[in-house]
Amino acid sequence: MSTESIAWPSTTAASPSFVDRLHEWIVTVDHKRLGILYIVYALIFLVIGGVEATVMRIQLIRPHNDFVSPEVFNRMFTMHGTTMIFFVAMPVLFGFANYLIPLMIGARDMAFPRLNAFGFWMTAFGGLLLYFSLVGANGLYGAGNAPDVGWFAYAPLTSQTFSVGHSTDFWTLALLVSGFGSISTAINIVATILCLRCPGMTLAKMPLFAWLNFVMAGLVILAVSPLTAAQIMLLLDRYLGAHFFDTQAGGSAVIWMHFFWIFGHPEVYVLVLPAFAFASEIIPVFSRKAIFGYPVMVGATVAIGFISMSVWAHHMFTVGMGANVNTFFVISTMAIAVPTGIKIFNWLATIWGGKIEFKTPMLFCIAFLFQFLIAGLTGVMMSAAPFDWQLGNSYFVVAHFHYVIVGGILFTLFAAFYYWFPKMSGKMYSEPLGKLHFWLFLIGFHLTFDFMHVPGLLGMPRRIYTYEPGRGWDTWNLIVTIGVFFQAAGILVFLGNLLWSYYRGKAAGSDPWDAWTLEWSTNSPPPAYNFAVIPTVKSRRPLWDLKHPDDPDWKYE
Amino acid sequence: MTTTSLTLSRTEPEWRLPGRGRIGMSALIAAEAAIFTIFVVAYLFYIGQSLSGPTPREVLSPPYFYTFCLLSSSLTIHFASRSLRRSNLRSFGAWWLLTITLGAIFLYGTASEWHRLIYTDGLTISTNLFGTTYYSLVGLHGFHVVVGLVCLSTVMVFALFGAVKQGHAERIDVLSLYWHFVDAVWIVVFTVVYVIGR
Repeated sequence: MSTESIAWPSTTAASPSFVDRLHEWIVTVDHKRLGILYIVYALIFLVIGGVEATVMRIQLIRPHNDFVSPEVFNRMFTMHGTTMIFFVAMPVLFGFANYLIPLMIGARDMAFPRLNAFGFWMTAFGGLLLYFSLVGANGLYGAGNAPDVGWFAYAPLTSQTFSVGHSTDFWTLALLVSGFGSISTAINIVATILCLRCPGMTLAKMPLFAWLNFVMAGLVILAVSPLTAAQIMLLLDRYLGAHFFDTQAGGSAVIWMHFFWIFGHPEVYVLVLPAFAFASEIIPVFSRKAIFGYPVMVGATVAIGFISMSVWAHHMFTVGMGANVNTFFVISTMAIAVPTGIKIFNWLATIWGGKIEFKTPMLFCIAFLFQFLIAGLTGVMMSAAPFDWQLGNSYFVVAHFHYVIVGGILFTLFAAFYYWFPKMSGKMYSEPLGKLHFWLFLIGFHLTFDFMHVPGLLGMPRRIYTYEPGRGWDTWNLIVTIGVFFQAAGILVFLGNLLWSYYRGKAAGSDPWDAWTLEWSTNSPPPAYNFAVIPTVKSRRPLWDLKHPDDPDWKYE
Repeated sequence: MTTTSLTLSRTEPEWRLPGRGRIGMSALIAAEAAIFTIFVVAYLFYIGQSLSGPTPREVLSPPYFYTFCLLSSSLTIHFASRSLRRSNLRSFGAWWLLTITLGAIFLYGTASEWHRLIYTDGLTISTNLFGTTYYSLVGLHGFHVVVGLVCLSTVMVFALFGAVKQGHAERIDVLSLYWHFVDAVWIVVFTVVYVIGR
């Protein structure tokens, strides 16, 4: 297993040359290094995707702006969506799962270390393939550049007739390749959690982080595979003249929508379950209380996993599926708010009466609670089909799902960065810079995405590259764009904090938060073998038991 | 690894978790099943939607013999892994070879059917929706048979050099799990293509 990779660069030995270190990182099968590779890779793409968003917002800052051409605008929103979902959100969450799950369950590595490396490199090359389209997609026709078919790439826009050149092929292949990477990582997570837990850690004593990522991995297996199948069909259509999505030959454009959203909606939960996982670890530690209602949290997670696979067609109310189908998806979509609401109440109950420490990770988690609630509420609004007919494909939808993905997922992700940065780097981050990041990003987020709901309600459709003045959209768009600059400033402070703290930060010690899960029982950063002795646990908070032998948790669980 | 047992006191029950090979393969099978589901749904959705011929009824006949071969290979691989668990290496090799042969016969069946469809009936993947869905679904399954045969043959080569021992029974079981899945998928494909689809 991982014991082969003990060649960890240590300060005592002569420092290895740059080429040697690079080589070690490239051939590594260590879950911690792969986790960091995932995270760094995702951060690079976060900046790229963020620049694309900024370009779009500058274009929309006032009516009749001509900052970019309509063609470039189409490429920007396609690349922004694809990049952020497949090459930022998924890799960064896989990175944290990779790094933390073995440490939290007291294992020395993932179940399949080499498969783990395979998964990372597939994802990495998928991202490179997508961006290679910028130079490689011209093809024989001299048309096309980056993909411009939107991130859900509806048929027949993706057919050879309407997408000449190779830009759509790069999009398809990038998602296919990274999809294989995601599926293999998910298989690895499932096998790790089921097969490598340390003695005493029954499923009911596993940290919630592991539980939520376990359900996430299950969803990846069941949801990314349909996307893979659909991409194979699209490739057959484009290269071999098959007719899956070719309406001229009797094929159906709507079935692509179904196939895509059968992936697309569970994908939202693939992204948000790890966010819940971060919150479920961080909120208890900074409230100095055990998580409230552990069994219910697990049950709600599994319920979300199941229900999330039966809600996909709420993305398609405007297609005209018929009253019965619409009704089913309205009800299932509303139903998923119930287990999600249970979670929010449990987090609140965890904070309630706690001794709250407002450190940066906790600030991000509290903001997450409020923002995710609002995101969920606009989600319930749009789950009603008639409401969706009015606002489908408007900026209201854009505001809603950015509220989920930025306000919910990205905020907990920042919390996770600050919370586990001491463990991963061995250094403490700068608290003032962290707080500055929080406030800048909070202000920017609310300026952008609160006010984005309004032009949507006023009828502004998504994906337009410009608009007429005098429709009441002008001021709102200006405010939305101003918010982007606050967010960008926040991100710069964040990246600066990471870099500065990595080189100049104070040593953090193995347990800076007085936390309770197993990753804090080993050094920071952990040695290649994680634990010198595989631990044995008796409760959900093994480190609490260790620190309080007079009043251990296992007496009550 | 040896330190694991040190922390366990004698009174506690032994800590046992499922093997990672079996769990990993099961998860892979779940993912594969999801991929096949999408192709099967597409097949069912497009039955009778083709705008031009040939139709399934005109050109398809159920391949009973080849189906029999593939399904019996599930039985032979089971006997093979049972022989290995009993350390009967000679019998293991014979059953394993028979499994490969049966799989290869099935693949020949698919190939000859495709050859007939393409050269006699003029049906390709771009002819009509039937061709599109037929070649992609049967082809996806055939691809899995090929992958399975490559894995089985690799084991066979090792077995011929005497490198497969009783201790490998667990791994052989993991591989046979995959082969059973390939066979089970064929039952679905057969039902969809040759029973419902005609």
